[in-house]
Amino acid sequence: MKVAELCETLGWKALAGARGLDREVRGGYCGDLLSDVMAKAPPGCLWLTVQGHLNIVAVALLREMAGIVITSGREPDADTVRRAEEEGIPLFTSPASAFTLAGRLWELGVGRTGAA
Amino acid sequence: MASVSKRYPVRARDFLHAGEASIQIQAFLKAMGLDAGLIRRIAICSYEAEMNAVIHGGDGELEMTLADEWVTLEVRDAGPGIADIELAMQPGYSTADETAREMGFGAGMGLPNMKANADELRLESAPGRGTRALMVFRREAAGGGAP
Repeated sequence: MKVAELCETLGWKALAGARGLDREVRGGYCGDLLSDVMAKAPPGCLWLTVQGHLNIVAVALLREMAGIVITSGREPDADTVRRAEEEGIPLFTSPASAFTLAGRLWELGVGRTGAA
Repeated sequence: MASVSKRYPVRARDFLHAGEASIQIQAFLKAMGLDAGLIRRIAICSYEAEMNAVIHGGDGELEMTLADEWVTLEVRDAGPGIADIELAMQPGYSTADETAREMGFGAGMGLPNMKANADELRLESAPGRGTRALMVFRREAAGGGAP
């Protein structure tokens, strides 16, 4: 599925990165420790995290992610939104927890083939 | 081809902008047509090297060199140095402060990630004398190693 379809289906609030919305989501990853995400998130994944600071955009770019969803009702810093927009990284927020969102994504078929 | 080197400054405690050098290195290596898996391994290492210098290091410098058969990353910082390198290499061991940890850094995975993803990692450090980390990546080994 594409980023835009998942955003619409799951009711996320889109904050930045509209030009990346037609990317195909190839997996998912949950993590708030940046070294863990940097080492293990699969390319093309959606990243579910509670971190909202600017450095998450660097991690998303370096891991060639499809997008970032900030979970549990947290809000990203203004710098993070600006940078994600500049880099075309789709950035969303959701009141749901990473556990709940990962479950919904799994139900929709995200990450069931190939990804860790 | 002669080798090409690029140098990037790394500023101490600048958590937010850490990763910029790694993004530029990644873009350069892509433009040079390196294997995607190799670029991924190099990106993990350059990011961790930058973060270590930012968290612990005092100001420093990250240097990437691309040659026909290998790529090297070298990070030098003017930080406090590492008293016990063997201990610092253990997964989960970290001396990062609370600020760094709250941001998701300092999980004690940086050096282990670097060791796992570089073909060779050399660390030189002593208390009060800063740290130098050199990582070597063989270009023919592309595709091997960690994901």
